[in-house]
Amino acid sequence: MNTLDRKLGFLSSLPLAVVLIASFLAPMAVVALFSIMPAKVFSLANMPDFSAYSVFFKQGYYKSLLWSLGMALASTAILLLISWPLAYGMAKVFGRFTLVLTIAVVMSLFVSENIRLFGWVLTLMKGGLIEGHFRAWTGVGFDSPLYGVGIIIFGLVYVYLPFMLFPLAQGIAMVPDDTRQAAYDLGATRWQVLWQIEVPLAAPGIVVGSLLSFVLAAGALAESKILGGQAVIAIADDIETAFTFGQNWPLGSALSMILIVIIGGLALFGVSKVDLDAIMGRKR
Amino acid sequence: MPTSRSTRIALYVYGILVIFFLYLPLVSVAFASVSRARYLSFPIKRYSTKWYGEALESSTVRELLTTSLSVAVLVTIISVVIAFFGALAFARYQWRYRTTFQKLILLPIFFPQTVLGLALLMWFNSLGIIPSWKTAVVAHLVWIAPIATLIVAIRAYSFDPALEEAARDMGAGTWTILREITLPLLAPGLVSAGLFAFLLSWGNFPLSLFTTGADSTLPEWLYAKMVSGYSPLVPTLGVMSVVGSFLLILIALSVAWLIRANRESRAAQN
Repeated sequence: MNTLDRKLGFLSSLPLAVVLIASFLAPMAVVALFSIMPAKVFSLANMPDFSAYSVFFKQGYYKSLLWSLGMALASTAILLLISWPLAYGMAKVFGRFTLVLTIAVVMSLFVSENIRLFGWVLTLMKGGLIEGHFRAWTGVGFDSPLYGVGIIIFGLVYVYLPFMLFPLAQGIAMVPDDTRQAAYDLGATRWQVLWQIEVPLAAPGIVVGSLLSFVLAAGALAESKILGGQAVIAIADDIETAFTFGQNWPLGSALSMILIVIIGGLALFGVSKVDLDAIMGRKR
Repeated sequence: MPTSRSTRIALYVYGILVIFFLYLPLVSVAFASVSRARYLSFPIKRYSTKWYGEALESSTVRELLTTSLSVAVLVTIISVVIAFFGALAFARYQWRYRTTFQKLILLPIFFPQTVLGLALLMWFNSLGIIPSWKTAVVAHLVWIAPIATLIVAIRAYSFDPALEEAARDMGAGTWTILREITLPLLAPGLVSAGLFAFLLSWGNFPLSLFTTGADSTLPEWLYAKMVSGYSPLVPTLGVMSVVGSFLLILIALSVAWLIRANRESRAAQN
């Protein structure tokens, strides 16, 4: 039976493996190769040099990288804070309401990210849903909160909420009620239970959720463009510009490589720390 | 129970507040879509369905819808097939490189999609392939096939391998077992994977942006109109796209419900 399992396992992994090799690993190799080509070439048949990487430091691209990482960090921290009570409710308190909440959150995911961000522009702009009605009723207007760093972080928090919420709820559901009850019976305070019981036992969910939202937010493009109005440039934005307006594939590739190494390193590290069988299904 | 009554009420209120926030921007889009004015400002003075009429008559809109639909349908079909086998390798069979495979699947999901899209553009270029909506299908698969696989894998974890082994002991071959036992058992997972695949492809922007070439999908067009040259059709098409995907969910759920009811009534007769 074991040899059969092994053969079938290998065979059934093939379709997905082929897709991932042809459209994930191979393109990544192309990016790596392009990043060491001289500036503004469109083929790989050139002598390699590393000029694109030196441009990264000389022309201040590291600033957008730092902005992107900083905003991603901020949005992840905020997400952790605002998702925890909700995830706790979904795992331990809400009965039927958990299903309602899950469906509501998942349904919102199906609406194209651009449309939702555009909706926030309509809601928050001067003369938008909030300011427009407020002025019509009171006669007093106020400035729009759009086009700044704060609103970009708000957009990231809004868009990536589900990616934090669901892993977190899954993680908190893994904390046995008995253990919490026992801690309370022994006289632990709410905070002691949180820090010494719930956080350590829910760690896999916390890690997966934080990793997902950080990684996605660090590579995000639309929030800074649609909500931020270029108040700060995100690294993904620089990468896109290098490829499109700049027509400089090696520079775009070098910027991509830097982002890939940081994000890929984090993702690999995080993924190697979690036991997928334990999170997704029963342990066999 | 350590959770007090007031905490519970606060949590419920909080949950409802989060749902309100999630949908507030869509409310604005819906209002904007029925404003008569070409340049929008709230509160809306005159309502009309004029832009819906224009959207329905426009040939650009028809082309956008056709392209988006073709990509999404192909992505759905291919993803479901890949996810069926992928999930078995992920959760069911014990084989040598299983944990490596599990981790490889997660990488594209954890990846910035803009970078993925650009990498694919360069890869197609070095292969000499001219990008069109067909290359966008390949691009969407990188991200959507792994997600579909994870969804089916959740289902695959919960079924009992003894059922397959019993069939094998009674002389069924590998293909017969896959068709008669495994496929029906995984069916609910495959339906939700297909639904997710369709909707994620329908709404995807960063992967389409670089890989559709001269063709254009709905999210791409919306983005272009948002950053430069606002058109009153933006909110209209936004609402149409949302309503379209919700209708699809409703249809899929009722089909799934009908199939289940039918199966149950047959089981009751036997």
